Amino acid sequence: MSEHHKENFITKYIFSMDHKMIAKQFLLTGMFMAVVGMLMSAIFRVQLANPGETSVLYNLLPSAWLNDAGGLNPDKYLALVTMHGTILVFWVLTAGLSGTFANFLIPLQIGARDMASGFLNMLSYWFFFIATVVLMSSLFVESGPASGGWTIYPPLSALPQAIPGSGTGMTLWLISITLFVVGSLLGGLNYIVTILNLRTIGMTMKRLPLTVWALLITAILGVLSFPVLLSCGLLLVFDRSFGTSFYLSDIIINGEILHNEGGSPILFEHLFWFLGHPEVYIILLPALGIVSEVIAVNSRKPIFGYKAMVGALLLIAFLSFIVWGHHMFMTGMNPFLGSVFTFTTLLIAIPSAVKVFNYLATLWRGNIRFTPAMLFAIGTVSAFITGGLTGIILGDSALDINVHDTYFVVGHFHIVMGLSAIYGMFAGVYHWFPKMYGRMMNKNLGYIHFWGTFICAYGVFFPMHFLGLAGLPRRYYSNSAFPMFDGLSDINALITFFALAGAVVQVIFLFNFFYSIFKGTKATQNPWKSNTLEWTTPIERIHGNWPGDLPVVKRWAYDYSKPGADEDFILQTEPLKEGEVEH
Amino acid sequence: MDIALRNIVKKQLLWISLAAISMFFASMLSAFIVEKADVGNWKEFILPNYFVLSTGVIILSSLVLFFIKPQLKKEKSIFGLVFTVLILGILFSYFQIKGWQQLTNQGIYLTGVGSNISGSFLYILTLTHLLHLVGGIVGLCISTIKSKQNLYSINNYLGLELTAIYWHFLTVLWVVLFAFLKFY
Repeated sequence: MSEHHKENFITKYIFSMDHKMIAKQFLLTGMFMAVVGMLMSAIFRVQLANPGETSVLYNLLPSAWLNDAGGLNPDKYLALVTMHGTILVFWVLTAGLSGTFANFLIPLQIGARDMASGFLNMLSYWFFFIATVVLMSSLFVESGPASGGWTIYPPLSALPQAIPGSGTGMTLWLISITLFVVGSLLGGLNYIVTILNLRTIGMTMKRLPLTVWALLITAILGVLSFPVLLSCGLLLVFDRSFGTSFYLSDIIINGEILHNEGGSPILFEHLFWFLGHPEVYIILLPALGIVSEVIAVNSRKPIFGYKAMVGALLLIAFLSFIVWGHHMFMTGMNPFLGSVFTFTTLLIAIPSAVKVFNYLATLWRGNIRFTPAMLFAIGTVSAFITGGLTGIILGDSALDINVHDTYFVVGHFHIVMGLSAIYGMFAGVYHWFPKMYGRMMNKNLGYIHFWGTFICAYGVFFPMHFLGLAGLPRRYYSNSAFPMFDGLSDINALITFFALAGAVVQVIFLFNFFYSIFKGTKATQNPWKSNTLEWTTPIERIHGNWPGDLPVVKRWAYDYSKPGADEDFILQTEPLKEGEVEH
Repeated sequence: MDIALRNIVKKQLLWISLAAISMFFASMLSAFIVEKADVGNWKEFILPNYFVLSTGVIILSSLVLFFIKPQLKKEKSIFGLVFTVLILGILFSYFQIKGWQQLTNQGIYLTGVGSNISGSFLYILTLTHLLHLVGGIVGLCISTIKSKQNLYSINNYLGLELTAIYWHFLTVLWVVLFAFLKFY
């Protein structure tokens, strides 16, 4: 890829090979899916607050999903929960987050004109887009979408006749996730080779911004773990469609004895969670990379412990491959093996604590600017701590057994993975919006958005821990069928109130985002006074990023408030002064 | 991007893809190990003789590939060598299919009432390997045509080199699979 060239409408906006436009495509698709996923959660939260009753929100659903009284059908409740999980985990927090910021930031921050292969990059988005269409189409099939949970455990996923959601909806789920994985692999391959080969002169690995480090490690995780999901899915397809028995044994449906013998659904869990746990970090690491950048820029201080931050990322990535068993403590696992997985899981606390400590140390006595991006970045650290602490309980087999499959788990993973990552994503959008669209987002709306989201999110997920400790199981259509949980109904209603309020708050963000694209204040070239290379590109987007020669890097990315400097930031392209030592 | 860098990028893309494919097969073999340990009615099988033949054929094909670079250095035609590898690749595929035929004759099926999970694994492992091999055969077809047209030289044979790396990988993968199925 050389310098800017003429583009027509199709090559600029649709089949673009410019990484910045592809990033926007990922972002907008991810935002659309986030709205869909959020509406689904609003609907099933209404059901949990008012079981069996009708609601104005149900007008969004096909009438076949409702019973005669206008209430939500139980099987469709499960479908909504399944699709919500699938959409948020894969479509929003994997493709929406990683796809957006890997595409946008990697070439800009390493000083490259584009990705190593613009074509593969374009293909990666379009696989994702088609996967999106296929997944959404499953909402419109007669038997409904997949409804066995986002983890699609067999036998519900392996036997089309098991429940309505095991039929065509499940088939479409499998097709869409296969397309999704292919797109993710194409993207990941591209990110890795781009970072390894296309760094500009002077951009050594030790000078890479932590965002790029995080995105590199995320891509490696994806390339090594998504194929395992493919093999897991392939065996499932054979069980579903060709009558093999990898995951099935001794099953009777409606009096019919199936021939399947010898398989085990536990095998599926092993394979699924071998991808599933690294997936947590595929979601989280890009957010942590974004947070590293935003906190350093807005504290006007160098990131504390750069090498330790990189080491922590690497260690988290490595450990993520050897902890999958902590999702399976209740499967009859040998207690010794359980203790091994407990040990490896708790080890993750070490690099995680290193990261948190370094974030706090960076903030310490910084000249902090509380921009919306900074608030969301601090929010990420906050959620990472809160959710991480309950992770210690769930990572310990002896403790996990007591709260397994309760709302305690739902509260935990929504905070540590969902909130941390979505806050990181918001931080990234607010921070790099000026670079994406050449305009600023409204700051005051950003503050309202942050505080509204922060309060509502904790209002939703914090009480869930108490529900879980009281024994309330997750995935139940209604909690009113069991008198022992009657005392918890007010908490459920409160959670639903915060969930709906939180959804309304997101409208402020959406308004701010789209309004600012067209009417926001025009951005200056480097509005946050950052050091990294993306802020040396022209405000107006060009394919090729820099009009003339590529920038040459002379220093690391975190020279903020350096003693002796004229300003409190020094661009990476600024040469070292005579006698100046590089950090 | 200059040509040298472009070549490095393409090779790296291939190597990372091979790492991803390795993970795919590693997870399959892990599944095999877990199921063999857990399943009470695991049915032992005898590997077909054709798989021994196919092992020899694919190793031979990889060895032939090693003669290509010296030929290019001597500026001699490599068409015969590439074509030989292609034929050996097709022969390997034929032996695999004959091997499956031998398995069904033994009463080992991929699926159905008479099938056993051990047989299903055997078919899936060999089938997915063969599907990957089809990609290699497509690469070899293109390389054969290009070598017939004398489009390769010692300074310009990246496409062939990438195909060769992929083919060697498939050879190693098959040897690992064969040894695993034979001795585990």
